[in-house]
Amino acid sequence: MSEAHFTYVLRLGDNALVLGQRLSEWCGHSPFLEEDIAMANTALDHIGRARMLLTHAGAIEGRGRDEDALAYQRDEREFGNFLLCELPNGDYAFTLVRQYLLDVYHELLFDALTSSRDGELAAIAAKSVKESAYHARRSGDWVLRFGDGTEESQARAQAALDELWAYTGELFRADAVDEAMQAAGVAPDLAALESRWRARVESHLTAVTLRVPQDAWQPDGGRAGLHTEHMGRLLAEMQFVQRAYPGLEW
Amino acid sequence: MNAATALDVAAVRTLLEAVRDPEIPVLTIDDLGVLRDVRVADDGVVTVAITPTYSGCPAMQTIADDIRATLAGAGVETVHIETRLAPAWTTDWLSAAGRRKLLEIGIAPPAVASSDKRVLHGAAVAVACPRCHSQHTELVSEFGSTACKALYRCRSCLEPFDYFKCL
Repeated sequence: MSEAHFTYVLRLGDNALVLGQRLSEWCGHSPFLEEDIAMANTALDHIGRARMLLTHAGAIEGRGRDEDALAYQRDEREFGNFLLCELPNGDYAFTLVRQYLLDVYHELLFDALTSSRDGELAAIAAKSVKESAYHARRSGDWVLRFGDGTEESQARAQAALDELWAYTGELFRADAVDEAMQAAGVAPDLAALESRWRARVESHLTAVTLRVPQDAWQPDGGRAGLHTEHMGRLLAEMQFVQRAYPGLEW
Repeated sequence: MNAATALDVAAVRTLLEAVRDPEIPVLTIDDLGVLRDVRVADDGVVTVAITPTYSGCPAMQTIADDIRATLAGAGVETVHIETRLAPAWTTDWLSAAGRRKLLEIGIAPPAVASSDKRVLHGAAVAVACPRCHSQHTELVSEFGSTACKALYRCRSCLEPFDYFKCL
């Protein structure tokens, strides 16, 4: 097996899992019933995607780890998700502005991955791209509603965007794993992805009267296992049952 | 089960008509396009290939369990369930019978083919009310009671209804 290949697929799975876990926290707490259902459904799509990706990563690794072992039995330093995915939900504007930034990213990424040389990954991508396009439509509509809404909604969406923007740098920073996978025809070129993402996101944000923040210092480290202080708490909740009762099934 | 008494593919398919989508039980898994392939080996081992509708569809596990239980009930000892991701499921695979059954229980079937330009560009398409057939309807929420449905309201007869969204 190739270590880089395993790591690449594992990171994709971790992004889906951690974002899905965050979205699921809204279940029962969203502002109204339809949104509660939408949030839970979107969370479910991400967790389903994580299951496929982690299963595939486990198969590449070839050491018998399945989706559950990878989701519940790794510690913080072994998770390679973006910091953006693990940030606490904040208010509804914060959650949905983040979702919009990541939905567009995932739509473009999975679209590119449909032609990956890793056939299983291409199949997962073909499934996921349709869902991400649908998610981006909803989160894009919410960004429009916030931006073009009241003074309060506009201010909250702008505050969210100002805080989140720096974390988007990590989405496009290629490391040795990305370079190896790109060379092998498994992963797409991140620079090309970035220019497509920026064009689309910036034009939508501007159209809904939000100000695209200036590029400044960009935190990263998520993919190397260096997470924010929020990650440990997220894992503690997500992994509690398997940590307390290893191997439990129901 | 030995080869002499093994069921053939047609018999297995007939048995599988009893396996329904647990969330929309009027639909068989064949109507839904989830059942992709049935194979019977010489030794009687049955392989059933299914594909998930949505990545996170919680019905998939139940469907797999129901397939095993149904075939076990007919004496099939070994069943392999194969999950097939490619090609990805699309609402175009809903059978004509499936679309009719959806309408009968008040769920609007997908309005257009998934290759329609309006779907590709995320534009709104007119969804007809399953009760009064009015095209004068509006989207309430992108997500309905299950991952595969959106929530609509008819502005003519005022009834809310589920729409089996196009994917």
